[in-house]
Amino acid sequence: MQSFSEIDTTSKRASKAAGFTWGVAEEIGKNMRNLEMFGLPGIKNLNLYFRKIKKKPNEKPKRIEKKNKPKFKEFCPIYCGVAFLDNCKKLENLKLIKFFNVSYPLLLLPFLSRSSDIVGKKILVKYEKNNFLLNFDKSIFSNNSNNKIVSKAKEISIEFLENNNSFSLKDWKELYKLSEETFVEETDSLKKKGAGAGLTDND
Amino acid sequence: MVMSLSRLGSFHQSKLSFLRSFIREFKNWNYNRNLFDLDKKGYGTAVYSFEKKGRSYSLLCFAQHIKPEERSDRVIATKWDAAFVLHDGVPTKKDIDRLRRNVPQQEVGRLSYKELTLSRANKSVRAFDHVVDSLSSGKQPDKELLKKVGYLYRTTAVYGSGKFGLADRFRIKDRKEIYGPFRLEMMLVYLVRQFTFDQVNHIAKSRSPNKAVTLNENIARNLGIGNSTGLGMAPFLVNHPTLLHNWIYCREKALKQIRSIERVKIEDFNAFKNYIDKSKLSIDTWLTDSEYQISKINSLKSDLIKFIKYLESCYSTESDYLWNHIYLWSEKNLGEECVEYIVSMMMEPYDSIIDPLINNMSSEEEKYFNIPGYRKISELKDIIEKNYKPIIQIDFKNKNNTSNFWFISKNKEEPRVANRYEEHGSELEQPLAIARDIKQLHERLIRAKQTDTVAEFLLNNNDLRHVVRRAFIIEKFPYSEIQDNTIGASLIPIDMLRLKLSFFGAVKFDPRSDKWLRINMYQGAPLPNEMKFSNDNWVYNSLN
Repeated sequence: MQSFSEIDTTSKRASKAAGFTWGVAEEIGKNMRNLEMFGLPGIKNLNLYFRKIKKKPNEKPKRIEKKNKPKFKEFCPIYCGVAFLDNCKKLENLKLIKFFNVSYPLLLLPFLSRSSDIVGKKILVKYEKNNFLLNFDKSIFSNNSNNKIVSKAKEISIEFLENNNSFSLKDWKELYKLSEETFVEETDSLKKKGAGAGLTDND
Repeated sequence: MVMSLSRLGSFHQSKLSFLRSFIREFKNWNYNRNLFDLDKKGYGTAVYSFEKKGRSYSLLCFAQHIKPEERSDRVIATKWDAAFVLHDGVPTKKDIDRLRRNVPQQEVGRLSYKELTLSRANKSVRAFDHVVDSLSSGKQPDKELLKKVGYLYRTTAVYGSGKFGLADRFRIKDRKEIYGPFRLEMMLVYLVRQFTFDQVNHIAKSRSPNKAVTLNENIARNLGIGNSTGLGMAPFLVNHPTLLHNWIYCREKALKQIRSIERVKIEDFNAFKNYIDKSKLSIDTWLTDSEYQISKINSLKSDLIKFIKYLESCYSTESDYLWNHIYLWSEKNLGEECVEYIVSMMMEPYDSIIDPLINNMSSEEEKYFNIPGYRKISELKDIIEKNYKPIIQIDFKNKNNTSNFWFISKNKEEPRVANRYEEHGSELEQPLAIARDIKQLHERLIRAKQTDTVAEFLLNNNDLRHVVRRAFIIEKFPYSEIQDNTIGASLIPIDMLRLKLSFFGAVKFDPRSDKWLRINMYQGAPLPNEMKFSNDNWVYNSLN
């Protein structure tokens, strides 16, 4: 088994050899480590992408807007990811962002996962019937359990999710009620002696 | 300036050093020799362990016969007298068999997440044979000969943190006993030292069962483990900026606290003088053929004479801030080698200052990896102008300032340095020319629109992304960069090695060229059965 450190270092060097700058290669190294740690086929996708581009990475976005279409054939998932990561605080305001025609979209995922951590919001990513919920770069929930390789996504939708509860108020009240059973009923004496504040509000 | 290469290359072992903090941390663990299955010639398998409260670390040693012509300290070697691996827990028979197949192969073998560090070593044939011959004929070895060598084996690499399939650091980083950096590497080397003693005793006894004597413990204690270190270590410092910061920061913090002591206690001052006296012995026995090092040792010796004279004339416990006076006088009157020596000695009396710093000397680089793309160009420019002052003065149009390049060799995947204008391969240069690239970044930032964000700048300047990241790191970690040109004609790479090795706690730096050196570790350290009762001054008690 390869260690994550080996995955990071080798991906970084291979990315430099594949035509990326050292700084971007460093990002890819970290991303491959993350993808493999989350159990997603990062190395396999990276190899396939590098084989496809033959040392000439696909198109990079000039800037990121609500809808992003490549001028020519396909977007490079890594350049899209780098630009997204660098601008994520600003992009959060757009709420929903779409990319069209992106090669090997799984390679974009770790950039978005890190963005989720930076902005402090979950991000929902959808492409080609695959859904990924990115949780602050701590975990990725996915319906793509067979790790099928997607060589091109016609459309990727990226949505910043507002920080909402996943439960109802009723669920919360039920749990809170149970937690109250750990509290002590206060007598007059406990009221006077138990609290740290003064005995009057005007002292 | 503390971050210049010549200053960093003058550092000495100190109370902050990792092999000393390893012994402090593990002195109360239970040491065991669990297996010692060597044949009469000393070839076979041995297992040593430290254990406490259900957790154990086991060193597996595999010793084999090699031909004299196969013995090489260079990284290109493929066979070694002995190979070692530190296993997490107690190895099963299956583990031992697996490791016996892989560990002697080193870089070509594969380890698992159950293994923590890996190493190999060669005998110092001169010392090893002499010790075995002496012991087997019923005599103790010649101390004078051992003084010249200082060890029985020399390691030629110690690997950790995920190399060749070893456990990634994140798997074990929360264990309190290994909070200090390189603690498991230090454990491996310490146990290897004991293996070398057991091996010579075993061979001598096998050779002359009735006549052989055991190596005298005082002699054993004065032997360490040698190490040959090449350039592999140098880029490590550049690639771990926050770790470098934490090491230097702790040293600076300790020094600041010591200089701020208003009234120095007489016993602390006497301890300082005592350590200086004792450690002079080790300077006198610091042997090297390197002219570079000889000149540094000579300057250290003459400066120490000057310093001792100064101490005799100036000292009074009545003076306020005595350490501060001593430090300022040293900076003004002595060379870097001696100033650093004195700084190390000044730390010795102060456990209360040093101990709390030890666990802050590790780092998690990943935490500081992301670039804050929302920051403005003007801010990034200010960071560079504030934190890279000497760097942005360098003229990189002058060929002398770009004469070297760093690369990874294809056969051993190890870092190397070569002349850019004489050798091929500079198009595959590693991103280690930090000074040159920072200067280039600064020049582009001056021309850029100051109100743009860093993200906007990076869209067209990703070739400098690696140094943009570093600039934001140095903003938080001021000691994270070597403030020197690591590709200039005057580069002395062993300065980078010495910086790292001094933090390990190595002594007797012996440069064999400007690119590799030999050192000694654990000379004078307590033997495993003495650890429980040892104090931290061992490094001065026994050095010779």
